[in-house]
Amino acid sequence: MGHRWGMVIDEDRCTGCEACVVACHAENNIATAGDKEAARGRVKHWIRIERYYEGDFPDVKVKFRPVLCQQCDAAPCEPVCPTYASYHNPEGLNAQIYNRCIGTRYCGNACPYTVRFFNFFNPVWDKPLNLQLNPDVSERSVGIMEKCTFCIERIKAAEIKAQAEKRELRDGQFNPACVQSCPTGAMVFGDLNDPASRVSRLSRSDRGTKLLAELGTYPKVTYLKRGAWHNGQNA
Amino acid sequence: MDKTPEQINQDLLRPIYHASWRFYASVAVLAALVLAAFYAWGYQMYHGLGVSGLNRPVYWGFYITNFVFWIGISHAGTLISAILRVSNATWRRPVTRCAEAITVFSLSIAAMFPLIHLGRPWLFFWLIPYPSERGIWPQFRSPLLWDFFAINTYLTGSVIFLLLPSFPDFALIRDRSNGWRKKIYSIVSLGWRGEPKQWHRLEMAMRIMAVAIIPVAVSVHTIVSWDFAMAPVPGWHSTIFGPYFVAGAIFSGIAALIIAMALLRKLLHLEEYLKPLHFENLGKLLLVMSLLWFYFVFAERLTTWYGNFPSEMSVFWSTQLGRFSPLFWTMVFCNFIIPAPILAIKSLRSKIGWTVVAAVPIVIGMWLERFLIIVPALSHKYLPYAYGTYRPTWVEITITIGTFAGMGLLYLIFSRVFPIISIWELKLGMQRKAEAAPELASQEAATEQP
Repeated sequence: MGHRWGMVIDEDRCTGCEACVVACHAENNIATAGDKEAARGRVKHWIRIERYYEGDFPDVKVKFRPVLCQQCDAAPCEPVCPTYASYHNPEGLNAQIYNRCIGTRYCGNACPYTVRFFNFFNPVWDKPLNLQLNPDVSERSVGIMEKCTFCIERIKAAEIKAQAEKRELRDGQFNPACVQSCPTGAMVFGDLNDPASRVSRLSRSDRGTKLLAELGTYPKVTYLKRGAWHNGQNA
Repeated sequence: MDKTPEQINQDLLRPIYHASWRFYASVAVLAALVLAAFYAWGYQMYHGLGVSGLNRPVYWGFYITNFVFWIGISHAGTLISAILRVSNATWRRPVTRCAEAITVFSLSIAAMFPLIHLGRPWLFFWLIPYPSERGIWPQFRSPLLWDFFAINTYLTGSVIFLLLPSFPDFALIRDRSNGWRKKIYSIVSLGWRGEPKQWHRLEMAMRIMAVAIIPVAVSVHTIVSWDFAMAPVPGWHSTIFGPYFVAGAIFSGIAALIIAMALLRKLLHLEEYLKPLHFENLGKLLLVMSLLWFYFVFAERLTTWYGNFPSEMSVFWSTQLGRFSPLFWTMVFCNFIIPAPILAIKSLRSKIGWTVVAAVPIVIGMWLERFLIIVPALSHKYLPYAYGTYRPTWVEITITIGTFAGMGLLYLIFSRVFPIISIWELKLGMQRKAEAAPELASQEAATEQP
C-alpha cells in the first residue's frame, strides 16, 4: 500500500511562537511581502498561526491554531482548475504544478481554509535572506498560485534514499520543516496508511477534530482540541 | 409608417455616407479612453497583478465583475431579438439590429476580462483542448472551461445572427455606391442578388438561428453563474444562481438597449423609425424583469436568513447592514425602487425620456449587483482570521472605464458601417401590412398603436 501523508496538530501544546512560520519561509523559498504589501493582503505564509481571543478583559484566553493546507481528500481546489495545475497526487497530497498554472485564482477562491497564495509580483527577498534560498525548492514566478506541499522535497528525498538502501521508510525519520521546528512538539507528521505510526494513533484520538469538517472536504490534518483540564486551570 | 422605400433608404443610409465632426470628435475621445485602458493592462502585465487591488482572500474583483456585467448586457441583443422574432412581434423590426450589435460588442468586451484577470495571460490558450507537448487536456470538470466553450459558442452564434440579416442591406449599399465602398460592400454582401431562392434560404436560416440562439444564451449566463455556484464559498453556493443570473442579464440587457436606442434616435435622427411605442414595449419587458429581479433577490436573501449558517450570515449582514450595505441599498434603489414605479405608470412609460430615466440606474444597479455577489462573499469566507477587504486601484478603474468607452466606440463605428435599422425587414413589414386584408391591417395597427 502506498503512503498517505497526514498531520496531527495538538492545540494544547501550541504556544503560538510562530517558529513553524519562519521555518516554512526558509525551507520553501517563500518571498517576503514587505509591510506595505502585507497590509494590502499580499502576505504569503503557507502556515499561519490563527489567534482567537475568548472572554473580556482582563479575563481573556488566547487560542492558537496553526493553519496550513489541510491536504483534503475531497479538495474543492482541484476540480475548479482548468489546467490541472491543482491536482491530487498518488500519495494523496493536493499538489500544485507551478508551470501548469495560468493564474485564474479559482482554486484560491474555492479553498475554504484560504491557504492558497497568489504571486502578485515576482519574488524578492530582503538582504541577506536572498543568500539562504533552498536549492531543493523551485522559486515561483509572478502570476501563479503556490501553497503548502507538506515539504514534498523532503518526502521525495527520504523515499529515494530508502529505495536506494532497499528498506521501508521509518516513521518519524523525516519531517516537514514546520514539524521539525516546533519546540513543543505540537505537530506530528507521518503516514496515515500505517496504523502503527504516531500520526495514525493520534489522529484516532477522542480529542481529534477536523477543521470545517461540515464542508465534507475530508482533511488529512487532525486538530487535537484542548482538553477539559484547560478550562479547570483558568477558571 | 408612410415613408416610401426610397425615403427609407435615404434616411437610414445617411450615416453610411456622411459623418459630422461630432462623430470624429467622439471617436477620438472614446479611442483615447480605450488606449488608456490598454496602457493600464500593459502596465499590469509588465509589473504583475499586484498593481491591481486584488489580494488574498479577494482574488476576484473588478475584472470578474465587469466580465459578468458585460455578459449580462450581451443578453440584450440576441436573446431579445430572438424572442421577438420567434413570437413574431411586428413592432420588433426597427429594434433587432441595434440589439444584436450590442450582443456582439459587449460579448467581445466580456470575453477579454478572463484574459485581463489571468496571472499569466499569455498562456490563456492552455484552455483550448489541443494535443500538446504537455500531454494533458484541460480539466473538463472546471466551470471556467465550460465558460470558455459557452462564450465561444455564443459569440459565434451571435455574430452569425447579426450578419445573416445584414446581407440584403449590404447589397443595397453596394448597389448605391461607387469606388472603394462598392468594392468592400460587394465582398461583404457575399453575392446577394435578391433571388427568391436566396430570400427563402435567408428566412429559413433566420428561423433556425432565432430558435437555436435562445438556449445558447440561457446556457451562457447559467454557466457564468456556475463559476460562482460550484465553489463552496458562503453566498455563492446556491441553486438559485442559474436563473437569477439569466434574469439579471436580460434585465440589464434591455436597459442597455433602451439607452442605446435613445442615443441612436437623437444622434442619427431616427425619430420616425424608433418611436415611443418601441420604448414603451421594451419598458414593459423591463418592468417584468425588474419585478422578477426583485423576486430573485428577495428569495435568495430570505432563504439565507432563515438558513442562518454562521458563515453565510457574515456575508449576509455585511451586505445588509455592514460595510457593503451602502452599495446594496443603492442597488435596490437603482434596480427596483426607481424604475419599477416609472415603468408601471403608463403616462410615464410611454415617454422616451422616462424610459431612459428608468434604464440608466438599472445599468448601474446591475453592475453593483455583480460586484456585491463577488466581493462580500470572498471577503467573508469561513475562517474569521482570514477575512479581508478590497479596494480597486487606478489600473482596474481605468480598464473598467475603458470598456465602457470601448463599447461606445465599437457601437459608433458600427452605426457608420451597418444600417443600424434593418432596412429590408422594415420594408417587408410595410409590404406585408399593405398586402394583408384591410381588417388584418387594422388589427396590426391596433397592436402597434395602443
